[in-house]
Parts: sequence; structure tokens; C-alpha cells
Amino acid sequence: MAQKKTAAEVVQAARSADKISTKTLINGLFNDFVELHGDRNGGDDPAIIGGIARLGNRPVTVIATQKGETVEEKIATHYGDPEPEGYRKALRLMRQAAKFNRPIVTLINTAGAYPGADAEAHGQGEAIAALLQASYDLPVPFIATIFGEGGSGGALALACADEVWMFENSIYSVLSPEGFASILWKDSARAGEAAGLMKLTPNDLLDMKIIDTIIPEPTNQDRLLKNLKKKLLLKLADLSQLSGEELIQKRLARFREF
Amino acid sequence: MNLFKKKPYVETHPHRQPERHFNQKVPDNMFIQCPHCKEGAYYKAFGAFRVCPNCGYGMRLKAQERLDMLTADYTPWDTDLQTKDPLNFPGYDQKLAKAQAATGLNDSVWTGEARIAGANVALGIMDPFFIMGSLGTITGEKITRLFERALNKKLPVVIFTASGGARMQEGMPALMQMAKISQAVARHSAAGLFYLTILTDPTTGGVTASFAMQGDIIAAEPHTLVGFAGRRVIEQTIHKKLPEDFQSGENLQKHGFVDSIVPREKLGAFIAQVVRLNQPEEE
Repeated sequence: MAQKKTAAEVVQAARSADKISTKTLINGLFNDFVELHGDRNGGDDPAIIGGIARLGNRPVTVIATQKGETVEEKIATHYGDPEPEGYRKALRLMRQAAKFNRPIVTLINTAGAYPGADAEAHGQGEAIAALLQASYDLPVPFIATIFGEGGSGGALALACADEVWMFENSIYSVLSPEGFASILWKDSARAGEAAGLMKLTPNDLLDMKIIDTIIPEPTNQDRLLKNLKKKLLLKLADLSQLSGEELIQKRLARFREF
Repeated sequence: MNLFKKKPYVETHPHRQPERHFNQKVPDNMFIQCPHCKEGAYYKAFGAFRVCPNCGYGMRLKAQERLDMLTADYTPWDTDLQTKDPLNFPGYDQKLAKAQAATGLNDSVWTGEARIAGANVALGIMDPFFIMGSLGTITGEKITRLFERALNKKLPVVIFTASGGARMQEGMPALMQMAKISQAVARHSAAGLFYLTILTDPTTGGVTASFAMQGDIIAAEPHTLVGFAGRRVIEQTIHKKLPEDFQSGENLQKHGFVDSIVPREKLGAFIAQVVRLNQPEEE
């Protein structure tokens, strides 16, 4: 067992350039992935990849944020910060999942919702708010996994799930440690210190019951993918025992605790 | 006639500092500069509703002040809940004590049942003077209970939003309030009950991204700052200056996110009107 990382080291690892990419995750976990585009309202945001695929034999809806691998992708996705069009696409695909009784699997790695002028004018707040409410009427199993950064409302929008999982090297926080330090001490260079205070590591969040499971992150990506796939299959089988109404009631009870 | 007498010119001394004794006799706060239009006016011109006589901007109000403007007929709920300080955040207890003393609230929202212009509602009023109206665990619990009680009593909910967003001193449990409240709003809504949000200055961050934007009807006071991200963050991101009124209720109305801009003095009548239209009381 490796020595326990400090919060600042976990932040670094969560943002590492070696972090598994969204496309590698999707290709490694699912078969038959068909990407579906657009919010049916005038836009399509590449920062959120959505589609249908098979997990094992079972059709699932996949919704994932992506930071992009090429320079062009990084620019187009604002380094993985979704715009309202992306959140509306996610909502559309979640509703579609409910219609066809498909489980929902979200994969999250975003510093947060994109703080752009168009994003504001197109209702970033409203788009996230609609997703937060939607978890009330999705009678299908829903598992969210944060595999890098889980930045505030922009991550929570995709994580109002039955189970919320985090990779060993990931964070989930109300704002960035830099933002926290600059508000608190007017010095964003003290981000490392802030990270220690913020309780944003998987271990802290597991203690606080904000998340349910920590996914080990071996350097061997095949092992990582195999293990995660097995866990998803088991948990989805487990959740599928419950009726839609039971799932919703359990989900409400989970968040009512906070 | 004394034609050649020297005229009594005023003598000036260019290097002398003017003595402004007269200033000291004017009490503070007699003249108020409007934070929106920057015009100054005699404080009485702002009137009982504290609205700028020039542009109609309503000055920020403590929750109790706003409540007193709306009604004298109310019952507060959940005044005894206290935050558990989930991060053991240094200095947070002093900050809370100060905010509680300044506002008379246990956390950043007043909740209760009220009768406004004849309409019975479950009412929430966020207080921008309580740590910037930030959404903490107790704020979230009070608002959640507001919707739950309203559901049991079949009451409409009216919330005045004012917030800097999720409270960073409470970390992730504060963020979770957005989900918890949203689910309570959804349950209340599914029962066919009416929810009115009134955006007041400033409504931002996690509150904009949750219950502020979930009303069946969304109204705003004139010249209210409404947004998700902070202005400076946006400007640093896009490397451009934003227009002055970019994050205003008026601009959001143009983009389709606000139903109506309602002057403060008409809010009581507006609330009663839309509550009755949406939820006719049984005859």
C-alpha cells in the first residue's frame, strides 16, 4: 500500500496529465458506444459526451465530461468545463434513459461549469438547476463516478445519483483550492494549505458519507478498467432489484441526510 | 462717489486647505449614493421601501426588514437550528456569531408561514447581510423544511433569493444543499403546488444554479445582480470586459430566464395576485 497522499498531492494527481482520458474510459468500460449529440434546443457542447452503449449485455446511457486530448479539443471543451448546452444535452439523455428503462452512468472530470459570457446568457444556472431537480423523476439506476476533478455545481449537476463514487486520485469540492485560498487569504498560492482545510479528498468525503465508494487507481489502466467495470456491473444488478419508485425514494433519502 | 476705491475682492490663498467645518455638522447617512446608478439622494427620498428615487434600485435589506415591509402577520419556523461546522473551519464560529448578532437569524434565511395581502404562503427570505446570504447546511435545511411543511399544509412557497452561493466555510455539505433543496422543490411541485421565486440583489452561484431558477414563476426586483459565475471570473476567462448590466435581472429577462421585473413596492400585491391565479383557494 502506497503511503497516504496529502490533500495537495491528491489535487495534483487529480489534475495530472497522465489521468485516464474520458474516451479511454468509455471505450474500456462499454461496448457498442453510439455517441448522441445536441440539446435539441440549438446547441451541442463537446465538453459533455453522451450516448448509449452496452455494459456487459445491458444497454446503458453514458454521460461524461471530457477535457479533450488534442489542443483543438481542449479549446472546444474549455478544458472540460461544460456550457448550458452540455447540461441540457445531459438532461435530455437522462430523460431518454428513463423512457427506455436504461441505467445511467456518469463519468465526471471537470473544474466546473464554464464561466463564460455566453454560458451566463444561455442560463448556466438554470441548466444546472434543471438537472438537480431531475434526479427526483428518474426511475432508473444511476451511478456517478468522479474520476479527476469534481468542481462544484458543475460536477454536482451530473452526480445526484443513487451512488457516487470517486477515483483514489480525485477531488470533489465547493470551489477550487486556488479560489478558496484567494478568497480566504487573498493569496491563491496558498492553495495547498487550502486543500488541507477543505476536506475534498475521497477519504474525507467517504467519512462524511458524501460518496459511497473509492475506486483504486492502479497505474495499469487495464486493471483499473476491469475493476471499475466489475463494480459497475455488480452495483447496477443490485440497484435493478429495486422498483423505480424505490430507487427515487432511496435517492431522496440519501440527499436528505445532508 | 468714490470711483477709485478698491473693490472688495474675495481673497484666495492658493496653498491654503479649505476648512470644512460645516461637514462635521451633517450626520452620517443623510445622503445616500445609489449603488446602481451612483446618484446621490436625501435618505428620506428612498422612502419606506428603500428604493432609489432615480433608478428604482432597491437597497439590500435584512430579512427582517423585508418581512416587515411585506406583512405583520407571520409565524417563523426553525429558528433554533444551529450549524455543526462540518469542516471545523478556523474562526468560523466567531463569523457566525457576528452574522447572527447583525441579522437576528440563526442562519442566512428567514422561513415561516405568512399572510401577504390576504394570501397564505410558506415564505423564505434570504439575508444578504448573513455571510453574503451564503448557502450553508442550516440555510439548506430550513429551505428544505419550508418546502416539506408547505407540501403537508398544501401551501404555495415564495422565496426571496439573495446569495453569494454555497458557503465555502462548510465545504461539500454546503454544496449538497443544492441537491437536497432541489429534490424538495421537485416533490412540492409534483403535488401541483405553486412556487414563486423573487430574485433580489445579489443572486449568484449555487443558489442561481438551484432553487432560484426552479420557480414556476421567476420575478426579479429592478437592477438585481443575477448570475452563476462571478463577473471578475468571467472577465478573466474571456479576456473581455462585460457590459455594466450584463448580469442583471433585466438582461436575463431578455434571454428568457425571468418572467417579470417587479418594483419592490408592488411585490406584496404581485405575490398575492400570482398565488391566487395559480392556486385558487377552495371556496
